[in-house]
Amino acid sequence: MTYIGQPVKRVEGADKVTGKAKYAAEFNVPDLTYGYVVSSALVKGKITSIDTSEALALPGVLEVFTHENRPKTAWFDMNYKDMDAPPGSPFRPLHDEKIKYSGQPIALVVAETFELARYAASLVKATYEQEAHETDLEAHLAEARDPAVGVASLLKPPPPKPRGNADMAMMAADVSIKARHVHGPQHHNPMEMFATTVEYGKEDKDGKPYLTIYDKTQGAYNSQLYVAQIFDLPFSHVRVISPYVGGGFGSGLRPQYQLFLAVMASKALKRSVRVTLTRQQMFTFGHRPNTVQEVELGASSDGTITAIKHDAKAATSQFEDYTEVVVNWTGMLYDVPDTTLTYKLKPLDIYSPLDMRAPGGVTGDHAIETAIDALAYELGMDPVELRLKNYSEKNWTEGDKPYSSKELRACFYQGAERFGWKERNPEPRSMKRGHNLVGWGMATGIWDAGRLFARAEAILTVNGKLRVSSATADIGTGTYTIMTQIAADTLGMPIEDVIFKLGDTEMPLAPFQGGSMTISTVGSAVKQVCEDLGKKLLKLAGKDAKSPFYDANWKDVTFFDGELRLKKDPHVSMKLVDIVALNGGRAVSETSTSMPNPLVSGKYSKHTHSAAFVEVEVDEDLGTVTVKRAVTAVAGGRIMNPRTARSQIIGGMVWGISSALQEDSKMDHNYGRFMNHNLAEYHVPVCADIHDLDVIFVEEHDDIVNPLGAKGLGEIGIVGMPAAIANAVFHATGKRIYDLPITIDRVLY
Amino acid sequence: MQTTLSPPAPVENASAALPALGTVRLTVNGTAKTLQIAPWTTLLDALREYLNLTGTKKGCDHGQCGACTVLINGKRINSCLTLAVMHDDHEITSIEGLANADGSLHPLQTAFVDHDAFQCGYCTPGQICSAVGLMNEGQAKSEADVRELMSGNICRCGAYPHIVDAVTEVMGIEKQA
Repeated sequence: MTYIGQPVKRVEGADKVTGKAKYAAEFNVPDLTYGYVVSSALVKGKITSIDTSEALALPGVLEVFTHENRPKTAWFDMNYKDMDAPPGSPFRPLHDEKIKYSGQPIALVVAETFELARYAASLVKATYEQEAHETDLEAHLAEARDPAVGVASLLKPPPPKPRGNADMAMMAADVSIKARHVHGPQHHNPMEMFATTVEYGKEDKDGKPYLTIYDKTQGAYNSQLYVAQIFDLPFSHVRVISPYVGGGFGSGLRPQYQLFLAVMASKALKRSVRVTLTRQQMFTFGHRPNTVQEVELGASSDGTITAIKHDAKAATSQFEDYTEVVVNWTGMLYDVPDTTLTYKLKPLDIYSPLDMRAPGGVTGDHAIETAIDALAYELGMDPVELRLKNYSEKNWTEGDKPYSSKELRACFYQGAERFGWKERNPEPRSMKRGHNLVGWGMATGIWDAGRLFARAEAILTVNGKLRVSSATADIGTGTYTIMTQIAADTLGMPIEDVIFKLGDTEMPLAPFQGGSMTISTVGSAVKQVCEDLGKKLLKLAGKDAKSPFYDANWKDVTFFDGELRLKKDPHVSMKLVDIVALNGGRAVSETSTSMPNPLVSGKYSKHTHSAAFVEVEVDEDLGTVTVKRAVTAVAGGRIMNPRTARSQIIGGMVWGISSALQEDSKMDHNYGRFMNHNLAEYHVPVCADIHDLDVIFVEEHDDIVNPLGAKGLGEIGIVGMPAAIANAVFHATGKRIYDLPITIDRVLY
Repeated sequence: MQTTLSPPAPVENASAALPALGTVRLTVNGTAKTLQIAPWTTLLDALREYLNLTGTKKGCDHGQCGACTVLINGKRINSCLTLAVMHDDHEITSIEGLANADGSLHPLQTAFVDHDAFQCGYCTPGQICSAVGLMNEGQAKSEADVRELMSGNICRCGAYPHIVDAVTEVMGIEKQA
C-alpha cells in the first residue's frame, strides 16, 4: 500500500470537528491570570503620564505594567531579533515613553479574571505629547530609497541589476503600454486572535523559572529564541508548544507582542498568565504593505516583448526595513533582454509590514499580468498566446539558471481547455447574462519552491507503532496528514500505526512554516529519518548470523505491510514489531538532519507555476463584481495528497478573490490609524461570495527540488487571481481598473 | 500639546461599582453546571474560561465572525453577544455535545472531515453548529440558500466550497450543475 498521492483524510480531522483541538488560548492551566492590553490612541509622540491608580484599586487586579514599571529586559537590539526579523531595530513593547504607531501597546493589565482585566484596562488613562506623523505613502513617493540589506535578503533577493537598455528598447518598440497600480495595506486576520498562555513552573537555584508557553506561532523555535534572548532564560527553561494554529498566513512568522507581554507578566508576578489580543488589536502589528507600482512594456508587432520596466515602491516602518520580492517575478516570467526592475521603500509611522500569503508575489504579479493583458489588447493577440510566445525557459534574474521543472505550458493548455477559453470573444462588453456584463480573464502565477534545513525524529515503539516528530507547524496546510503519509510509505506501515507530532520545542528543530517550504523542508527530513531508522532496523534484524538479513544490504530490502522484506524474495520477511523485540525491550529511535545539496539544487531555479482563468459578472448599475467561476491549473510537482492540496489551492483562490475585490485596510491619515479594524468593516469573503472554483494539478516531474519531488502549494493559489479578475473585469466592461481592490466606486467612476 | 485620549472612567468610584458574583446554572450538552461568575461574563467566556469547553471559539468578540456559534434550544446564536446569566434553564449545545454518547460523530462532523471542509479548524465548530441551526430552521432548500444562510460564519482559510459540499450532502440537496 502507498499513501503518498492518495486523498488521505486529515488525520487531525476528528479533533477539529469535535472541538478537541487546542489552540494557544485554550490550554487549561491552574491558577491562571489574565492580561489585557491597553493600546495607544496616539500615532506618534510620547506618553507624558500614565495613570493606573484606578485600575490598580480594583480588588483582583494584580498589576498594571507600563513603560514606567516594566521589568528590565535585554538591552541590545540583537536580542529582540527573531528568525524572520528584517534589518533594523525590532519594536520593543513597553520599552519607553515613545509612541511609534497607532495602536501600540502602552500597558498590560493583569487580573484574576478576564472580565476584570478588560474592565480595569478601560480605567488606565494616558496623556500624550503629540508629534507630526506621516502615514501616506503616495504623498512621499519621491523620498523612497533602496532597502537595507540583511540576513532576510537571502530568502528575499533584491531586484537584479538592470540589463540592456529598457528606455531605448521601449522607444524602439512597435507597441507599448504603461500603467500605474496602487493597492492598500491588508491584514492577515486569521480567525484565531493572537494569544499566549504562559504556565509558570518551578524555579532553578538561581530563581529562573521554567516556562511552558502555549503560543500562536508558525514556528515554536522562533518564539523560544525570542523569549530566551529577551528574558535571559536558558533554552531549557523555555518550552514553546503550538500543536494547532487557527490560521497564520504569515502573521505568525514573527513573535507578536502578546508573547512578550505574557512572559514578562508571568516572570514578574510568578504566576501563569494568558494574554489574548482583541480583533481590533489584530490590526496593530504586521500587514501586507501598500505599494505603488509602475509597469511599462514594449513589444514588436509579432508579439515579442522587447522592453520591460517594473518599479515598485512600498511602505515600511520607521524602525525596520521590511522587504518582499515584488518585481523579480516579472523577470522570471518574461526573459526580455532590455529589462529594468526596481524596488524602493518609504518608512512611515506605522508598524513594520509582515509577510502575508504570497508576500510580494501576489503584489507584483497583479501589476505585470494586468500589463500583459493590456499589451495583448494593443497587439490584438489572445492573452494566452502572448504568454506562450514569451515563455521563459530560464531564469535570468538568477543568472540564467534553468528551471528544475516548469510545466506552465500544460497549465495554460489544461486550464484553458477546462475553462472553455477558446469560446472567448476578445471584444470587451461582448458577453451578457441577463442584466449583467460577463467577462473572462486569465493570468499566470509564480512562486518559489524553496527548501531549508530541518531535523526529525522517528521512534518505532515496542508495540510496533511509529512515532515521528519535528517542531514544524500545521496552520491548516495539511502537515500532520502528509508527514504521516510520508512516514508510513517510507517504512511500509499501515497509516493507523503511524503518528506524527509537531509544534513543540522538545522536538527536533524545524524552521517556521512559511513560504510554501514545509513539504520540501520537513517532508524531506521525515523521509530521511524514516530511512535512517529503517537502516537501523535492518542492522538489528541482521545481527544474528542465522538471520536471512545477515548479509543483506539496504538496497536489497524493502519495507512493506509492516514487514522488512528481501526484494529478491519477498517471502523472506520479518515483522517490524519482531525486529524491535531484538532491541532488548527498548524502542528503536533515530534523529536525522536534512538539507538541500547546494551543488545540485543550486544549479537550478525552483518555482511553482499556475494559470488562473476567471469569469466575472459585473452589474454596471450597482458596480458589483462577482467571480462566478474560476479554474486554476497548478504545476506544483508531485501532489502528495490531492484532498489537502485542493484545499490549499481553493483557499488561495478565495484569497485572490478577496484581495482583488474586498480587502483593504483603510488608513485615516489625520489619525494615522486603520479605521476599519474589525471583521465587519474589513471585508473578507463569506460563503455567499464564493461560487464555482475548480483546480487542476498538471503532471510535473522534479528530481531536483527535494527527494519527494513535491513543491509547496500554500501561496501559488492566490498569485494569479487578482490579475485574472482585473482582466476579466476589463473584458466585461471595457474599463481597465488598475488599483485594488476593485470596489463599487472604482467600477462606477 | 497635551492630550488625554483614553475614555474617562465610566463611574466615579470604580471599585464600588464592580458587580458582585452571582450563581448561574447552565445546562450545557445535557449536563447542569453551576457557576459563580460576574454578570458581565459572556456565554462565550463562561464556556471557554469557566467550563473549559474551548471547542467554542472566540474570533472577534463582536458578533462579526460566527466562530462562537452555539445552539440554544436548537437555535444558533453568537455566544459572544449574549451574557451567561441570560441562559438559566436554556439547553445549550456546543460542538462538544454534537457527537453521540458512544463517540460516533454527528453526520455534519463526518461530512466536514470527508469533504475537507476546513484547514486550520478554528472556525469549524462554529460552522458546524451554524449548519445544525440552519437545518433546524428549515429555510434552506438549495445550494444557493445554504451559501446565503451560512454567510454569518467566516472561514479565513477559504474552505467555503467544501463547507457547502458538506452541508448540502447532509441535507440531501442536489449540487447545482
